Parts: sequence; structure tokens; C-alpha cells
Amino acid sequence: MKTNDIILQTVTKITLFVIILFSIYLFFTGHYHPGGGFIGGLMASGAIVLLLLAYDIEMVKAILPVDYRKMIGIGLLFSAGTGAGALLAGKPFLTHAYTYANLPILGKTSLHTAVLFDTGVFLVVIGVTMTIIQTIGESD
Amino acid sequence: MEILMSFLIGILFMTATYLMLSKSLLRIIVGTGLLSHGAHLLILTMGDLKRGAAPLLGENAESYVDPLPQALILTAIVISFGVTSFFLVLAYRAYQELGTDNMDRLRGKEGHE
Amino acid sequence: MSLLHLAIVSPLILAAFIPALYKKFANIHTGWFLLPLPIMLFSYFLQFIFQTSQGDTITRTLDWIPSLGIDFTVKIDGLGLLFALLITGIGSLVVLYSIYYLSKEKEKLHLFYVYLLMFMSAMLGVVLSDNMILLYSFWELTSFSSFLLIGYWNHRERSRYGAQKSMLITVFGGLAMLGGILLLYLMTGTFSISKTIKMAGELSGQPLFVPAMLCFLLGAFTKSAQFPFHIWLPDAMEAPTPVSAYLHSATMVKAGIYLVARLTPVFAQSSLWLWIIAITGLVTLFWGSFSAVRQTDLKGILAFSTVSQLGMIMSLLGVGAAAFHFSGKSAVPYTVATTAALFHLVNHATFKGSLFMAVGIIDHETGTRDIRKLGGLMTMMPITFTISLIGTLSMAGLPPFNGFLSKEMFFTSMLKVKEAGILSLDTWGLLFPVIAWTGSVFTFVYCMIILFQTFSGGFQQEELDKKPHEAPLGMLIPPVILASLVVIFGLFPNILSDSLIAPAMGAVLQNILGNGESFKVEISHWHGFKPELFMTVGVIAVGFFLYKTSDKWIGFYRLFPEKWSFNRGYDRTLELSQLGSRRFTSLYMNGFIRTYLVYIFSFFIFILGLAMVYEQAFKINTDDLAAVRFYEIMLVAIIAAASISILFAKSRLTSIILLGAVGYTVALFFVIFRAPDLALTQLVIETVSVSLFLLCFYHLPKLRKSEGRIGFKLVNLLIAIGVGTIVTVISLSAHSSKKFGSIANYYIENTYKKAGGENMVNVILVDFRGFDTLFEICVLAIAALGIFGMIKLRLAKGKNE
Repeated sequence: MKTNDIILQTVTKITLFVIILFSIYLFFTGHYHPGGGFIGGLMASGAIVLLLLAYDIEMVKAILPVDYRKMIGIGLLFSAGTGAGALLAGKPFLTHAYTYANLPILGKTSLHTAVLFDTGVFLVVIGVTMTIIQTIGESD
Repeated sequence: MEILMSFLIGILFMTATYLMLSKSLLRIIVGTGLLSHGAHLLILTMGDLKRGAAPLLGENAESYVDPLPQALILTAIVISFGVTSFFLVLAYRAYQELGTDNMDRLRGKEGHE
Repeated sequence: MSLLHLAIVSPLILAAFIPALYKKFANIHTGWFLLPLPIMLFSYFLQFIFQTSQGDTITRTLDWIPSLGIDFTVKIDGLGLLFALLITGIGSLVVLYSIYYLSKEKEKLHLFYVYLLMFMSAMLGVVLSDNMILLYSFWELTSFSSFLLIGYWNHRERSRYGAQKSMLITVFGGLAMLGGILLLYLMTGTFSISKTIKMAGELSGQPLFVPAMLCFLLGAFTKSAQFPFHIWLPDAMEAPTPVSAYLHSATMVKAGIYLVARLTPVFAQSSLWLWIIAITGLVTLFWGSFSAVRQTDLKGILAFSTVSQLGMIMSLLGVGAAAFHFSGKSAVPYTVATTAALFHLVNHATFKGSLFMAVGIIDHETGTRDIRKLGGLMTMMPITFTISLIGTLSMAGLPPFNGFLSKEMFFTSMLKVKEAGILSLDTWGLLFPVIAWTGSVFTFVYCMIILFQTFSGGFQQEELDKKPHEAPLGMLIPPVILASLVVIFGLFPNILSDSLIAPAMGAVLQNILGNGESFKVEISHWHGFKPELFMTVGVIAVGFFLYKTSDKWIGFYRLFPEKWSFNRGYDRTLELSQLGSRRFTSLYMNGFIRTYLVYIFSFFIFILGLAMVYEQAFKINTDDLAAVRFYEIMLVAIIAAASISILFAKSRLTSIILLGAVGYTVALFFVIFRAPDLALTQLVIETVSVSLFLLCFYHLPKLRKSEGRIGFKLVNLLIAIGVGTIVTVISLSAHSSKKFGSIANYYIENTYKKAGGENMVNVILVDFRGFDTLFEICVLAIAALGIFGMIKLRLAKGKNE
């Protein structure tokens, strides 16, 4: 693609982290405020897409040496595994549990198995989006 | 508002149908995109509009809008994204291999069913 | 799950390990791993003899689909046990035989043995299940495994043809039987066979009784290759010989016999049952033996002979059903037919099994089964000759072999029919012994053909591909065992009578005996100078004469031209139905996606429109509406304008951008309608989608405006407007008529209580409806892998080139 995108590249460098942080925020806040695995995952992949637009595919691969197809698999395992975990506890598949804990710094925090499930969704969404975009990009 | 939305949904479905019936692959894909927008709005409208706060308990409101259609639509949006991108790549590959996007010419030959 | 259930499914379980064993121990013939199983099962079933000969039955139940009355009920009674012993006993011998018959280097043994085990399981299931639906499932599994085994050498055209033929005919019969099962269920309300038999008395008057009976008979006749459905059996001989010996002579084809025997207590009060079975059986007997004489292929002769022998057993069962029309002592004479049927069942399995194996040996050692090429093998293969001698003489009905005994009993029963004078049998009654006798004459003739054309006469080495010699020992053991059984049963028939036959008769002729009574079966060689004996002598004399002068009769045998045969009929029907359905399909499936979409959308409009009119569902209720603001009208106008202008967009870039515009505006709507999650998702998705479109943009074809004729556009426009209108109408009515309140309250109340969250949409997604989400991400993953495959596989291919 084009190589003379200094403005875009500079802006990307700054905004990238903001977007990624925002996506992680969205992901974790999902249980209480708008957000969640889907949105977080899409936002994160949006950030990577931005990176792709600013630089080329080889560069992005060098920066983020991730096999996105494996990511899909890991994500699916995460979600299905969380569901299967309930079976071990003698509950129906996908029964979630939660508890509250007093963590240092964060104070009273709720801990959910649903978050683990959502992590799976998050990973799958990133994996899927990036697999699609990467393969199309590479096919030139 | 619901009546207005109903007509809007009708228009979306109509244009989507017209596009899907055309011969060009790209128009068909755009048509499916419009169709899913129409369907999303249809589901949302069926669950009544603007009857309360957003479905977040943090709002501490008297009433909330129906969260169920929203959950359905969220799923539908993501799925339609997957399907659309699949279509897109299919069209692109078909065009590359066969050199046409005319549905009439993409038809299988006699005896190749 | 009892041991009995395990016994039935154990072959299936073993089958799961066969491929691994085949791979792991490539230098050991896979058959050796199988062999212990049927032997163990045989000895397992053998121990039940003590119980069944006391008249006891053993029932074990395992719930399967209790709500529908379908359970895995296994019942062992005399009849079931007789068959189970046949299946496992012959099964053991066939497996041993196949180890030597099939070469481990050349054949795909794992497939063969998996199919064989599947069949064994299925067959055991058929004869031991007491639930009709279960019976039907196993029944179809036997057809299925038979199909696979016939088509085992699938590179041969004839194998595939034979496999398809047997599948079509037997599955057709199986479906008819399913119909019969359901009709019976409508009358009795149970799928249990034992309960149905208990209710037999109430059934005969009901209107569904005869249709149900006919359906069952169709199933039995197709499976047991009765005239005119026998045509599949000769073509099934394309299967490897062990399979022919096992499935197509000893066991599977007897499933129909089993079904008739099993249901005799249910249907036998109807004289129609007796008539149909007896006459079909006799016609089959005659036609089978008559056709066998014309064959030149040894297996062909055996196939038609099997058809005729099955016909004989069938007719005996039919005549035996006459016992139900008498009571007390006067019923006893007719039970001899049933005895003969069951006795001959065992005999046929022994002598036909040994003959098939002998033919397999001949085929294996000489390379041909054509009797015109064979001859003079007596000195080269003395053991095979002895086996064949015993087998054929028994089949021909000569003393002292077991075939003689059952044939005598067969004649006795047929003569009884003449004397019976019931059910208006007397007028036509004479035909029974006449047809039976004629059939037996031809049976004698083809037995002689098998024996003498193969083993005596001049040896023709020039016609053979290899030099014949006696088969290896392992291949000889199974037929030798069977042949010695032929002799043993011939000399001492009464070892079978009390242990197996009498209990089996008790099962077939239930309700005839009072409590505590049991059948006494005495089988003997010498009955004195009675008509039966003269009939046998006649058979031998005329048969021998016909064989000696067979050259002169060729013309007579060929009297029925091939053109009019049932095979031709079958072929033509198949051809025509394929042609017809192809023509019919291509009437509406023309290969254009647009046509299909037109069907779909037209049907959509039609069915929803119809529902709206029919239910008078259309309604507009303006009471309860959300307020409309000016900016909302603006947004509506934007979407409407953007989507309509896509229709007129001339370039692909414009349409992509317009689609994006629609998407973003929809996101704004989500904001207005208080769906923050949706709005966020839609915004991001739209961004990613548009960038995807743009990524593909360079590769996508240009939009052309050559959309064809006005008529084409007009149809599209009409359909589009129709769809738009109907959706609008539905949307309006859906809003205006609420039959019940929203179920959303459950989520509103429980989001915090049960799931500890506050964002309801997210909680629904990951918790309440987590399963949906799980599948959703699976769909996404599949789509991504599909895309990956579409692009990457081509690249890999390109590199190879």
C-alpha cells in the first residue's frame, strides 16, 4: 500500500493505545455498563485495523506476532470450558457463579465466571475479525 | 414513532429485496446488508420504543426498555457481520476465478448438478 | 443395561476398535480379532436353552424414549433364541472362513469386518427386541449393512448395481413395515410385541387390521426375497462369498421369516394371512427352483435355490397358521407345518451355508464359478466334493440327511391342506401339494446340476486361470462343521426338537396351548408307505430323468424371455423414475439463484399475506406510541434516501458508502432507542465492515447497469414492493396487537439477583442465554475459517502448480 502517511502513522501511534485501553475498559465494564466481549473485541480489532491502514501488513505482523486462528480456538475453548466447568460443580452446562471479594487497591470487587466466558467471546471476535482481514489483505 | 419506523423497515426490506434480485453479486451482498439492518430495526420496534431508561440497572430508573430484543439484535449484528464478510470473500473469489459477477453466467452447466 | 443388551451391542462396540486394530496389527488378519466374539455370544446364548425349553422367557428393559413408549426391551423366547443361535453360530463359522477367503494384503479388511459386525449386531437386535420401533431400527440397519457388504467390491459395476437394488427393495419393504407398526400402534396403543400379541383377539375386526397386515407382509416378503421381490437376491451374490453364505442364505433373508413367525399370533385369525403367505411362498418355491435350473453361475443357482427354499419355509408358516382356526386337539395336525418350517430353517442354514462355502472354495481355487467351465474336480478337491455331496443331497431331500426329514414334513403339511376343508381350501387345496411337488422336482434337478457339472465329467484346464487344488485347512473347517451338522441332524433330529424347535413353536403358536402345555415334537425317518414317501420317490425319479435329458429341455427353461422378467421391470422403473424426477426437478430448479429468490420471496409474500387476511390480523393502534421528534424524522429520511439511492448507484464505491451511511444512521437510532450496547457494536462493526468492503474493493467487479429487460426489472420491483409492504403491515400489526406482556420483566428482576450484573443485555448474552452466544461465536469461527480456506487454499494450489 501507500508509504507516505506520516500524519496517519503518528496519530495512530497515539490513538492506538487509547483505543486498546478503551476496548479493555469496555470489555471489563460489560457486566454493569455498556460493553462486553463483543464490543471490546470489535474495538480492539478496530485498533489493529487502524494499525494496518497506517502501516503495512508485514509491519503489523512484526509488531503483533499473533496467530489469530489459534486465538479463535483458544477463545472457543475458554467459553466452552467455562460452561463445562459448571458440569464439574454438578450444575447444568453454562451455569455461572459469582462472588464478591475485597481486593487491595480495587476495594470491593465482584468476581464472575461470566467474565471468563466473555473473555472467550472477546478472543474469538478479535481472532475472527483479524483472520478475515489478514487473509484478504495477504491475498494480493 | 413506531408507525414511522414500520414504514422505514418496509422501505429497507423493499430495497434489500430489489437488490438481492439483481444479477450483480455486489448488489446482492449490499442487499443482504440492508436486509439485516431492516430486520434489526424490526425486532427493536416490536419490543416497543423508548419506554424507559436504557437496560442498565445502574440507571435506577422506574422502567427500562425491553432488554431481550437488544440481546437478540446484538447477536444478529455480529452474525451478519460474519456472513457478510463470508459473502464478500466468496464474491471476490468467484469473480477472480470465473471472471464474472453476473449471476446468470455463474450458473452451473447442464449435467453438473 | 443388562448383559443381554450388552450382548446385542457388543459387535458394534468391537466394530469401533476394528480400524485401530487393523492399522496397528497389519500383519495379523483382522478376522482373528473378531472370531472370539461370535463364539462367546454363541455360548452365552446357548445357556438360555434350559430356560426356554421350560417355556420361560427372559425380558430386560432399558429406557430409550419413554415418553413415546419406545424402549430397548430385549426378550428371549424360543423363537428369538433359535435365531440368535443361528446368527452367532453361523457367524463364527463365517468369520473363520472369511479369514482364509479374504486376503489381508489385497482387501480393505477393516471396512469388511466393521460392516459384518454392524450386521451381526443389527440381526441380533431384530430377533431379540420386543419393541417394534427398536425392531424396525435394527431391521433397517441390517438392510444398510447388507448394502455395504454387497457393494464391498465397489469398483465393480455389478456390485454397485446389486447393492443399490437390494437397498431399494428392502428399504421399501422396511418403510412399509414401519407403516404397519404405526397402524398397529393406532389400534393397540403400544409398541411392545408381547403386549400386542396379548391383545390379538381384539384386533381382527378393526378396519386397520388388514392394511397393517399387508404392510408387515410387504416388509417380510421384500426382506425374505419372496416372489416378486426376489429379484434383489441373485444380484446380491456380487458380495464376497462369506457374506452370501451369512447374510443372503443363513440369516438376513430369514428376517422376513422371523417377522412372519413372530407376528403369526397377531394376524393368524385372519384367513387372508394364511392365504397370502402360503400362496406367495409356494409361487416363490416354484419360481425360484425353476429359475435356478437355468443358471450357469454356481452362486446364481444357489441364490435362486435360496429364494425357493425361503418360499418353502414361508408357505409352511402360512399353512401352520391354520392351527389358529381350530381349537384343542384338532389344531395339532396343522402345527406340523410350523415344526417343519422351524426345522427346515435350521437345516437350510446348515446345508446352504456349507454349499455356499464350498462354492466359495471352488471359486477361490479355480477362479471361476461358471458350470460350463468347471468339471472333473472330484479327484482334485475330494473334501470339497464330500461337503457338496452332503449339501446337495440334503437340499434335494434324500435320506439320511436333514433335508429329507423337513421335505417329508413339508409334503405332509401340504397334503393336510387338501384334507382340511376349511376356509374354502378344499377346491384349490389340491394345488398345494402339486406345486410343492413340482418345485421339489426342479430343486432335485438343480442340486444334480451343482453336483455333477462341477465335480464329474471332463476336467477343462484350458478354461481355468489357475491350477485347482484343495483349499487350505482353515477354509475347510467351517463347511465341514456345517456338513457334519447336516448328517447329525439327519440321523438324530430329536436333539433339536425339544431343545430348540418346541420352544420356538411355543412362541409362534402362542395362545393355542393352554397354560402349562408344551409342544411335543417327534421327527422320524420312517412313516410307513404313505403318500409323502411316494412323492419323494417320484421327485427322485422325475428329477433324475429331467437332469439326464436336460439338453432337450433348455428351450422350455428359456421359455420366459429376459425382456419380460421382473429384473427388466425393475430396471425400467428405476430408469424412468430417475428420468421423470430429473425432468420434473429441472422444471423449477433452473440453476439461477434469482429464480430461487423469486420463489422464496413470492412464497414469503403469499404465506404471510394469507395469514394476515385469514387471521384478520391487520390492525393499527395509534394509542400507545412513542413521541416523534424532528431529528428522528431527519434520520428516517436519511436512511430511506440512502437505501433508495443505492438502487440507482452507478459505482461500487457509491453503494458501499451509502450502505455505510445506512449502517451509521441505524447506530444513531440505537442511541435514540436507548440501546447503548447496540449502538457501540453497530458503530464498530460498521467501521470494520466498510473497511472490509474497501479492502476487497479493488478486487470486486465493477457495477454494471446491464440489468436486462424492462420485464425483468418490473418483476423485481413488484416483488420488492410486495415484500416491503408485507413487512410494514406485519410490523404495524405486531406493534398494535399485543396478546401478552413482555417477558422482559424476568430479566429486569433477575439480572442483579441471579447473575450479579447490571447491564441486562450483556447478562442475557453471557449468562441467561450463554448457550446461544457460544454457538454464535462458533458460527463466527466457522465463517472465518471458511474465508481463510477460500483464500489460502487457492494460494497453496497456485504454488503447487
